[in-house]
Amino acid sequence: MISAVALWVVLPALSIAVLLSVVRLALGPSFPDRVVALDLMTTIGVGIVTVAALAWEQTALFDVATVLALVSFLATVAFARYVERGIRLWSNG
Amino acid sequence: MVEWLVVALLLAGTFFMVVAGIGIVRMPDVYLRMSCTSKAATLGCGCLLAGYALQVGDAGIAVRAVATAAFVLLTAPVAAHMIGRAAYRLGVPLWVGSCCDELKGAYSPGGEFLQSRPVSQVRPPHPSLDP
Repeated sequence: MISAVALWVVLPALSIAVLLSVVRLALGPSFPDRVVALDLMTTIGVGIVTVAALAWEQTALFDVATVLALVSFLATVAFARYVERGIRLWSNG
Repeated sequence: MVEWLVVALLLAGTFFMVVAGIGIVRMPDVYLRMSCTSKAATLGCGCLLAGYALQVGDAGIAVRAVATAAFVLLTAPVAAHMIGRAAYRLGVPLWVGSCCDELKGAYSPGGEFLQSRPVSQVRPPHPSLDP
């Protein structure tokens, strides 16, 4: 039952959530909008990989979720630092 | 019993994830969109990881799932704070319906320093505090 719910309810709904954040990634008027959309996509990706590990009973897949959570934080921080460094260089002329 | 709990956690996590997805499309500016990704998506991710930790038989993997959930809960506010500060210093406008902008004028012109209140509003200390 758990794997049926995961396959037929949870994974399609999470895919719809990823598609919605892709809409924001395409539309997003500013650069931080796109960074926020990518952050949401990786957070949902952690959930998708976890549910996939649950549905197909592959515990090795769960390592991917852990690593994705770690890399997602680093990517977001790197984007924010990149934007702020750009501001600093720009304001110094 | 545990099976129903796992199903409930999975459905709750899915609900919050979809709410975050709807919110990031519907919210009017970047700061409100960030509240979707940092609150709803983190809660949804935590629910899914808790469901996995309950369902998987191996204790080591369950502990790793709890550690991942704790990591996500710890780092999501930090990441949202950094993106928000970068967006504010980049000059991304607030939604016209926002009630107030308490950071207005609090950054030095280069954006290097943050004061607790705008330079124009800094008042001398209260007379009763003087020795």
